[in-house]
Amino acid sequence: MHIHRYEKLWLIIGSLILLVFLAILAIQTFYLEMGPPSHAEMIDPQTVKESEIFADAGLKEIGDNEYEIAIVAEMFSFQPGDLEIPAGATVHFTLASPDVTHGFKITDTNVNVMVVPGHISKVSHTFDQPGEYLILCNEYCGLGHEYMANTITVN
Amino acid sequence: MTHITDIHTRHKGAAVNEDVAAGISKRDFHLSIANLSIAFIALLVGGAAGLLQGFVRSGFLELPSWISYYALLTAHGVLLVLVLSSFFSIGYLYAGTSRVLGGLADKTLAFGWAGFALMTAGTIIAAFFILAGDANVLYTFYTPMQAHPWFYIGLALLVVGILLNCIGMFITYQSWRKRNPGVLTPLFAFFSNAVFVLWVFASLFIAVFVVGMVIPWAFGWVPTIDPMMGRTLFWAFGHTLVNIWMLTSISAWYVSMPKIIGGKVFSDSLARVAVVILVVANVPGGFHHQILDPGLSVELKFLHVIQTFMIIFPSLMTAFAMLATMERSGRAKGVTSLLGWWKILPWSDARFFALIVAMLAYIPAGLGGIINASNQVNQVVHNSIWVTGHLHLTVGTTVMLTFFGISYWLIPYLSGRKLTRNLNRLGIAQTIIWACGMLLMSGAMHANGLLGSPRRTANTTYNGHSAASDWALYEMFMAMGGVILFVGILLLVYIWIQLAFFAPKGDTDFPIGEDYNPKDASPLFMDRWSIWVVLATLSIAIAYVIPLLDFASGHSPGSPPFLMP
Repeated sequence: MHIHRYEKLWLIIGSLILLVFLAILAIQTFYLEMGPPSHAEMIDPQTVKESEIFADAGLKEIGDNEYEIAIVAEMFSFQPGDLEIPAGATVHFTLASPDVTHGFKITDTNVNVMVVPGHISKVSHTFDQPGEYLILCNEYCGLGHEYMANTITVN
Repeated sequence: MTHITDIHTRHKGAAVNEDVAAGISKRDFHLSIANLSIAFIALLVGGAAGLLQGFVRSGFLELPSWISYYALLTAHGVLLVLVLSSFFSIGYLYAGTSRVLGGLADKTLAFGWAGFALMTAGTIIAAFFILAGDANVLYTFYTPMQAHPWFYIGLALLVVGILLNCIGMFITYQSWRKRNPGVLTPLFAFFSNAVFVLWVFASLFIAVFVVGMVIPWAFGWVPTIDPMMGRTLFWAFGHTLVNIWMLTSISAWYVSMPKIIGGKVFSDSLARVAVVILVVANVPGGFHHQILDPGLSVELKFLHVIQTFMIIFPSLMTAFAMLATMERSGRAKGVTSLLGWWKILPWSDARFFALIVAMLAYIPAGLGGIINASNQVNQVVHNSIWVTGHLHLTVGTTVMLTFFGISYWLIPYLSGRKLTRNLNRLGIAQTIIWACGMLLMSGAMHANGLLGSPRRTANTTYNGHSAASDWALYEMFMAMGGVILFVGILLLVYIWIQLAFFAPKGDTDFPIGEDYNPKDASPLFMDRWSIWVVLATLSIAIAYVIPLLDFASGHSPGSPPFLMP
């Protein structure tokens, strides 16, 4: 089998570009800890609302301008409702679904995670810019899917 | 335009008994025609659903209460990505294989018709429950959303029908190899066999999911289901389906395009290597749909990213081979200037024009795919309408335009008619309309997705939120693109009806390219599919053993059903 010289060159250059690309992704993932949200903990969807984490919902201050909140993503709302935080706040979101699969997306940020029943999802974000951010469900979850949204106001 | 009216020639590499072939092909034709007919109906109904979705999402239209946006969305997805693509692939690959191998085996026809019957019955059942509003679960039918149990029976029949078609193809392929020891199978048959090998891998995953998990749960025989297991099995199928379309499409690029432009196949061996890499490396690509899922570790996800990236390699090979084929064809005709070969390509031949536009669309489509699969970068675009834009470039433009281009020779080949000068002109117009419609719609979707607009969501202003008001402009462009595309579908259906029933009688060739150089022929072991199946199984095992064992080892509490009427 004979490979044309130009094709060899093209494939070598292409492969090198792919390797560089993968290396950048690896550095970002493993050294800069920018990997995608991948929380492992599980929870029974039928007892989400009574569970210790999600029963007592509300924004909790856990450090200097650092907050924690447990959000239940259910058909067709995020509980508790709209949030308000000061600028520069870091928020750690803990999410679970008592029914079907939902998505948790905050517009104008990279916060984007799936909420699959049976699993707990976690994602964190620091809100530097003041404004009203839209939280929406970006995974189809039933006939009221388009109504599933909240806001998070950064003052 | 002599290239359209080429005389009927048979592939030189295949041992074809001309007398037998002439009799055999008629009965083979009927099977292909039956499959293509269902594909055409699916395109019309699925396309109409898409048009209505564009109107609803942009706020131009409010649906009557008896049908929801999501029922239309489910119909659009199931009918186009599952029904249209599989029926068309089977009709086309069976016809081409019959052409290059000198007819299909008797048993192949039996399996083919049985498969066709099951697939058609499954499609009718599934379509009925979707349009009746009893299956608003979209084509991904993520559990624990639940549709009417018979929707899943319909899907299962469709998949079993496809598996019967796989067996049919393997019988003809292997019996040809037995009758021709020491001879390399024709390149088209190799492509065809590869597509059906991928179908087997894809079908096994979805069959385990639908038959083994969803149907017992949908009938209430088991109380709960594991949603993560479902997502994983679905995408092992779903992403493999993507490369089934791609492999079907590039078979026309590699095998037929050279003949259409009056050149030769660039390199038989490189084509086969690209095919084999696609088959071996393909299935684990499904995991890049789950980059933002919980329950899969960061390390495992990175392994999947590497495996997904393997699929880029054959695409690079294809890009080179296509341009090299075109340049050599021009050089053989005496072109000496640097880019002169590009100018003398048969731009006025609809068969070529549709294929080359499909290839050009594959460049941004492939780049978008790399972005989507890039681990943390996925967070920027996941489940935004960018992804919808991406798949309208890949399957909607690259694959569909290739299928349309194929149909300009396949339908007259099967109906014993000719592509007239006028129909050829309409084919070129159709390609331009399709490309413009997709450019507008897919471009608007990509832009809107980067602004954060979600996919698969009915018209909403999110209580007048300012972020959502920025999306309205792009939604209008999407609807406009949808209108242009629907005009394209109507024009295409007109061309198809003409080619099938009204165009003048005549002999149309199924273009099969010859090798540029016998030195480039593959070594014989390339035809030994056991090697590639073992390697593919290994690559699947590397990706899937850890997560599937993890899900199956009983940690999942399970989910009861949520009916989606």
